[in-house]
Amino acid sequence: MTSLLDTPLVRPGIGQGLKDVFRRRYLLKLLVRKEIKLRYRGSVLGVIWSYVKPAIQFVVFYIAMGVFLGLNKNVGNYAVYLFSGIVLINFFTEALNNAAKSIVYNSGLIKKIFLPRELFPVASVFVSAAHFFPQLVVLLIGCLLTGWQPTPLGILAGFAGFLVLAMLSVGLGLFFSSVNVYFRDSENFVEMMLMVATWVSPVMYQWGMVHERLGDFWFGVYQSNPVTVGVELFHYAFWSSTAGGDAALAAPPQLFELWLPVALVVSAAVLALGQFTFRKLEVKFAQEL
Amino acid sequence: MSELSPVTVEIKGISKQFVLRHTRSIKEALIWFLKGRKGDLSARFHALRDVSLDIRQGETVALLGFNGSGKSTLLKHISGVMTPDEGTVRTRGRVAGLIEVGAGFHPDLSGRDNVYLNAAILGMSEAQIKERFDSIVEFAEIGEFIDTEVRFYSSGMYLRLAFSVAVHSDPEVFLVDEILAVGDEPFQKKCLEKIQELVDAGQTLVVVSHDLDLVQRVCSRGILLEHGRVLKDGPSHDVVEFLRSRTKG
Ligand SMILES: Nc1ncnc2c1ncn2[C@@H]1O[C@H](COP(=O)(O)OP(=O)(O)OP(=O)(O)O)[C@@H](O)[C@H]1O
Ligand SMILES: [Mg+2]
Repeated sequence: MTSLLDTPLVRPGIGQGLKDVFRRRYLLKLLVRKEIKLRYRGSVLGVIWSYVKPAIQFVVFYIAMGVFLGLNKNVGNYAVYLFSGIVLINFFTEALNNAAKSIVYNSGLIKKIFLPRELFPVASVFVSAAHFFPQLVVLLIGCLLTGWQPTPLGILAGFAGFLVLAMLSVGLGLFFSSVNVYFRDSENFVEMMLMVATWVSPVMYQWGMVHERLGDFWFGVYQSNPVTVGVELFHYAFWSSTAGGDAALAAPPQLFELWLPVALVVSAAVLALGQFTFRKLEVKFAQEL
Repeated sequence: MSELSPVTVEIKGISKQFVLRHTRSIKEALIWFLKGRKGDLSARFHALRDVSLDIRQGETVALLGFNGSGKSTLLKHISGVMTPDEGTVRTRGRVAGLIEVGAGFHPDLSGRDNVYLNAAILGMSEAQIKERFDSIVEFAEIGEFIDTEVRFYSSGMYLRLAFSVAVHSDPEVFLVDEILAVGDEPFQKKCLEKIQELVDAGQTLVVVSHDLDLVQRVCSRGILLEHGRVLKDGPSHDVVEFLRSRTKG
């Protein structure tokens, strides 16, 4: 009985943010597994949907941009170019969309039981990562069929691109999910932002076209978007060695020396801001939901 | 309980205000802001007002009061779901319990998945859950239904499983918000025995219930809330008598 005296009196409900998510990683695992189990429940095709959707998207963009607008001829192996960008953007879109809704969606639990609420947006990002994986496999098959030669730097670029977007999704997810409790408009704002994301990054076109039209300064602004850098890193990782002649155009100058560090810093700052906002707002989640 | 037992829940002068009307869109907030922030955006009222109390290890406390008197709100402050506007709440050891039947349950998952998920939510580790799983199922008497989706359970079965998980999470402070009402007579009896067993082992119990007879049987101390204030705090027998006399009068 006396042993309880050794535990200190603490204020309940004061968490340590993302550190708690790590501490409760078993719970995180169960939450992620639950989401994956429930996602395609009752649908005939089940998990196949996570292949069908990107496949359709790919075909539409390929015909519209590649065939009709002629990018097919200007960009070597345009199919892999396009698909490597799409899978990454898809991961980001799904992760952020679901993370932004996660707190309101789990209000039943948040109102009644105390647990680190950061778990929910983080779990959404993990679920999207699980959906990203099969798409990556399809991409790799495409790469291998078109003469892909993996290099250490290329593989590093792939991991770095994914890391940048994962950090960005967690950071923005924390921010928008907590604001969403107070203003449900934030969900719609995120959807709008993500619609634009595909176009302000070189997913369908090449970075060179932007540089040509905007000049150095605005190109620098364009490059400070971590999503852009993530997509370029993916191009470097999966597409550049399959492209044939125009290897010089494969990656923008200083992608590794300058833009990758910039992207990491920007994402880390967004993550810090997201965590800060979340912790400020989470105190009143239970009563506002 | 002895005065020497350590305090497990310490509540010092907490108050909580709620807003009655919520702004839900940026547009409304913007208009209010542009008009020079005149007037409050919404009316407020006190759900808890200057509540202070200490609960010691091994105490069995019942929170009593009419609907809307602030009992659930107080429990949520103890569990950490809500934080007070003024004053402080401090707890010692792990706090867990049942604020509502099956709050952490997902209807589309099987009983088994739900046990794992709910136990993890209540703070059990993977090893603990594995070790106690059979005991949880046995206590709930769910038997072969454990692999059925929970939405096909009757509300009593739901309660059994939820209660069983909560009881096995073995917290230092156990909170229960009127849930025993759904169980049948034998299961209620079994729950009460289990609760008694935990209390004897040094657990602290805080329950909310409108079943005054049950309160008198299970709890030694009663706390009566009215409009968010503590109106009476004493042996459960006296407080229940007081509440009954008020209802009649
Ligand atoms: N999130 C909230 N926002 C606004 N008002 C709230 C909120 N939660 C509770 N209230 C109000 O606070 C008061 C106290 O509620 P509480 O749930 O604590 O009552 P209670 O004593 O548990 O009642 P009951 O016996 O019906 O369960 C009620 O008037 C309720 O409407
Ligand atoms: Mg209540």
